[in-house]
Amino acid sequence: MQEKLPTQPDAQGKFGPYGGQFVPETLMPALEELLTAYQEARADAEFMGEFHRLLKDYVGRPSALTHAKRLSEQLGGAQIYLKREDLNHSGAHKINNALGQALLAKRMGKKRIVAETGAGQHGVGSATACALLGLECIVYMGTVDIARQQPNVYRMKLLGAEVRPVSSGSKTLKDAINEAIRDWVTNVDSTHYLLGSVLGPHPYPMMVRDFQSVIGAEAREQMLAACGRLPDSIIACVGGGSNAMGIFHAFRDDHEVDFIGVEAGGEGIESGKHAARFADLNISRLGVLQGTKSFVMQTADGQIMETHSISAGLDYPSVGPEHAWMRDQERAGYTYATDAEALAAFQRLSETEGIIPALESAHAVAEAIKLAPTMRPDQILLVNLSGRGDKDLDTVINQLAL
Amino acid sequence: MQRTDRERKQEQTGVSRISQAFERAQKLRSAALMPYFTLGYPTMESSVEIISAVAEESDLLELGVPFSDPLADGPTIQRSTQQALDNGTTVAGCLQMVAQLRRRGIDTPILLMGYYNPVMAYGEEAYVRDAAAAGADGFIIPDLPLEEAAEMEALADNYGLALVYFLAPTSPEARIAAVARHAKGFIYLVSLTGVTGARAALHADLGDFISRVRRQTTVPLAVGFGISTPEQAAAVGQLADGVIVGSAVINAADAAEDKPAAARQFVKSLQEGLNRR
Ligand SMILES: Cc1ncc(COP(=O)(O)O)c(C=O)c1O
Repeated sequence: MQEKLPTQPDAQGKFGPYGGQFVPETLMPALEELLTAYQEARADAEFMGEFHRLLKDYVGRPSALTHAKRLSEQLGGAQIYLKREDLNHSGAHKINNALGQALLAKRMGKKRIVAETGAGQHGVGSATACALLGLECIVYMGTVDIARQQPNVYRMKLLGAEVRPVSSGSKTLKDAINEAIRDWVTNVDSTHYLLGSVLGPHPYPMMVRDFQSVIGAEAREQMLAACGRLPDSIIACVGGGSNAMGIFHAFRDDHEVDFIGVEAGGEGIESGKHAARFADLNISRLGVLQGTKSFVMQTADGQIMETHSISAGLDYPSVGPEHAWMRDQERAGYTYATDAEALAAFQRLSETEGIIPALESAHAVAEAIKLAPTMRPDQILLVNLSGRGDKDLDTVINQLAL
Repeated sequence: MQRTDRERKQEQTGVSRISQAFERAQKLRSAALMPYFTLGYPTMESSVEIISAVAEESDLLELGVPFSDPLADGPTIQRSTQQALDNGTTVAGCLQMVAQLRRRGIDTPILLMGYYNPVMAYGEEAYVRDAAAAGADGFIIPDLPLEEAAEMEALADNYGLALVYFLAPTSPEARIAAVARHAKGFIYLVSLTGVTGARAALHADLGDFISRVRRQTTVPLAVGFGISTPEQAAAVGQLADGVIVGSAVINAADAAEDKPAAARQFVKSLQEGLNRR
């Protein structure tokens, strides 16, 4: 029998050598307080009941499992199933974690929420949760991302959030996180930092994963109900890695199920313009960024590199520590899809299945398109369709000259 | 047998040099003044000139090793470190600048302030070794709290250098006690919950915070973040053993044509503020 992977990080918040708490002293007590509050909340049936009630009545869970029949037939190989996080209220998996943390913040008596956003989906998720629960919401967003995800900026504003543009550094997700952390350090007594992926200092990687693990828990049951068995592989895109960890988690002891994380290959690994942290280990090395130890794309001198992806949500130079650890343990494998491959997959899924995916999710679809033809028709690929593509129409319309 | 100055100097460690700087200031009935400046800013050459000038009015120096993502810093220091990086400043280049300052005869204790990732990229052991060889006396690493610092602390100890820990107004008694057990040289007290940057007013609870820490340790306590005028320096100097001023020094240099003279003049005014009591 194969060994079970522990589901919790160690006492220092580490998954093997990864993770930890690399933050200024001012925040250490806040992380301690957050961990304690989270552990109490998880053990509290009332809290978890409220969380699951909202997931059902407000988000619309369980999200559907869809057999992508026409796409599977065209590819002539494995059967592709889609876990439809795009159908969630507010358009992506991000709402699961946003609701969980907003409920927790409220329980902790914090009335002010700060969040970062790249694609805007986490910002929208946070703004939505804060509107629902009556919390003040401030979202930091890089000016490059504001330009490429306009619809989400308007949605956040309509939802009553304040969007604060960030024009330092690469003006994308990484810089938005820096500003959110600076805000949190300054207002730590009144404010909860609602981090949107399995990144940052402990307990965030564990907590965000737990709130997202509903994806895999549902998908596992749905697969068994639909096919009488588990998929051969699960494919998910990996920005920070929350939708991937969310769908992987429930299957971690099902060793017959392979995990495939898909990073942003941008303009190709050789071009250097990408965010594939596991693909180029010359520039991506063990490092510390924004509170956690993991693989970090950096110069020889330890300066963080600018990344590139057509999808704002994957455009980040580091990756969740539990992913780095799962990779070391060979529990998960990581590959990448380029901008061009993601665009092609975006178009193809739209045309064959009538589903317009988020550009992030299109990276996972691109990998399924590559992999399915190499497999038998009785094999199964489960793809996490992490979000819908409405936010990406401007980008795609420009690229495809529609 | 009388030892020469040189021999005595060689027996000293970074930690003892830092401690002596605080003792000297105390004998003068003043808090020690520790200005911050960014290595490689505004240019690599002028940075060494400015620091040399500032050193003449300083008890200790905190010198910034630039990082692309300085999440504990406010706009002024962010801008300076970004400019230093744009100028091509590297970690190795920073250590060379420290060595250059020492060759010029500047013997003020030097604390290297920089984030952890560039240290990891350089190699922790190599960084500590080369910093010691260059003439640095200690390290300030804002994203390396006590829980993560065991390796760096052991390395610094090996070379007799100080790994300086922070405490913040949010730190509870148990953390204060833990940091006090590990403290070498001094403890860096963050005056407020926030990032670096000049502020109009000091935090009202500062005195209370300092006495909470004072009760648990005899190690010198230096206060930084937000202190920007001689009056504020004087007020903090009444309460603490050291006063750290960063963004305001950079602002002073930025505002003048003759940057070394302006930075020095500003630091001198802080020093005069401290000695006024
Ligand atoms: C739809 C969608 N998928 C994926 C991601 C990437 O994040 P993660 O890797 O945490 O799932 C984002 C991030 O914004 C997103 O909006």
